Amino acid sequence: MITVDRLSVRFGSALAVREASFEVAKGESFGLVGESGSGKSTILRALTGLVDIAGGTMILDGEALGTKRSRRFHRVVQMVFQDPYGSLHPRHTIDRILSEPCAIHGLDRPEQRVLGALDDVGLGPSFRFRYPHQLSGGQRQRVAIARAIIAEPQILLLDEPTSALDVSIQAEVLNLLARLRRQRGLTYILVSHNLAVVAHMCERLAVMNRGEIVEQLTAADLHRREAGTEYTRLLMRASEGYDPALASL
Amino acid sequence: MTVKAWLLADTPRSRTQARLGQAYLGLAALVSNPLAVIGLIIIGLLVVVAVLAPSIATHDPYLQNLALRLKPPSAEFWLGTDALGRDIWSRIVYGSRLTLTIVCLVAVIVGPLGLAIGVIAGYAGGVTDRVLMRITDIFMAFPRLILALAFAAALGAGIENAVIAIAITAWPPYARLARAETLTRKGSDFIAAIRLQGASPLRVLIGHITPLCVSSVVVRLTLDMAGIILIAAGLGFLGLGARPPSPEWGAMVASGRDYLIDQWWVATMPGIAIFVVSLGFNLLGDGLRDVLDPKMR
Repeated sequence: MITVDRLSVRFGSALAVREASFEVAKGESFGLVGESGSGKSTILRALTGLVDIAGGTMILDGEALGTKRSRRFHRVVQMVFQDPYGSLHPRHTIDRILSEPCAIHGLDRPEQRVLGALDDVGLGPSFRFRYPHQLSGGQRQRVAIARAIIAEPQILLLDEPTSALDVSIQAEVLNLLARLRRQRGLTYILVSHNLAVVAHMCERLAVMNRGEIVEQLTAADLHRREAGTEYTRLLMRASEGYDPALASL
Repeated sequence: MTVKAWLLADTPRSRTQARLGQAYLGLAALVSNPLAVIGLIIIGLLVVVAVLAPSIATHDPYLQNLALRLKPPSAEFWLGTDALGRDIWSRIVYGSRLTLTIVCLVAVIVGPLGLAIGVIAGYAGGVTDRVLMRITDIFMAFPRLILALAFAAALGAGIENAVIAIAITAWPPYARLARAETLTRKGSDFIAAIRLQGASPLRVLIGHITPLCVSSVVVRLTLDMAGIILIAAGLGFLGLGARPPSPEWGAMVASGRDYLIDQWWVATMPGIAIFVVSLGFNLLGDGLRDVLDPKMR
């Protein structure tokens, strides 16, 4: 469904992403893992057209993505941002936030859609006319997810959707995302620095380091701890918790 | 169910109810700020006086009577008479209409103009930004009163031309303000999010960026009103604004300066009017700043 071929993104003189290539099939959940600064979020931003690319191609449904994204693209692909405190308009009510996609795409029955989307993400109708600052981080992220799914996209790009939340809320949001994917047959690209999150959510993943994809492996490989590169093994050990031997490296 | 309970319902059933509830909360916040209430009362009084001027004034503001010139305040002439024997109280009452006209017209021109230029420059960036900001710089390079003088002289004297001259010189700070606000918001995730929803630049600008800039522009505008009234008065004094015999407050102050020591009331009374109204706008501006930000609630 999505093919990224030798994608490069340049910020000034620095190459943030260097010739990254991967494919994501329809209905699949694909993970991008790496330390901060490894370029994984940049790949998502390049896909959505928020940053310009320096080279390579991106193909969605057989159609190459240029510099401009069509309205259809925005119907098909949606994104959930990392920081739920920054991704909701501070002066808009939840109702307004969720109504905008309906207005942009001219969807019918906007009111029912808003209520339906709130219900889908486990927020009651009482949240409808609140402002983002009246909600907790987890509730905000649920609103952001509701906004992403309200126009019924096929692909969700998840940019560290849980890393700004505390641990107990993280699990809830991840379960919500897993349920939505099951119910709607969504395709996910999940970016995370947390190997456990990716292992839980994704069937396949790519490990990134300094702008390059160093390895692609399946979740099963991960469970069997069969990593091809030294860097992935390092990440796996790091995800097990604090290790004095590792910290001194 | 009482009206208040309906307005403050935790789960509003319709958008109208939610909006009215927000408006009620806003009003409550404004009213709970005593200084803002004073400002609101002053502006309210100004409007009432302007509307009901014929019934509030005790004399004809244009009627001259040289036999009664420069009379001190008395039961007959509450605030005394000026050099031509006109009743100062009545002139101040009628002058409120001029003040209100100037203030409203300038606000209506300056606010939207500055906002539009600033927001477009900030959001578009690049060449558009540079061209618009250099134009803004050109207007900012001149002292406001001097530039207004030049425009008023070119357009001819009169209150309408004074308004246009003031508006032309007053918008650049608003454009700067709106541009700065736009630049800080442009990169935020919620703007990226709405662009990802497929929103057109126009929708992003009008629905998402402008509302964030409006409150600072409104606050600045209210705080600037005092200066606008004073510039209008200055133009009137120099013969380029309101022309005699129209009872413009600034012109009245100017005409009273010859008698400042012996007949202090001629200049002082309209001066107090200017001071009170300016203060009212300032207090209201401060109160509005708190109300226009829903985060403050």
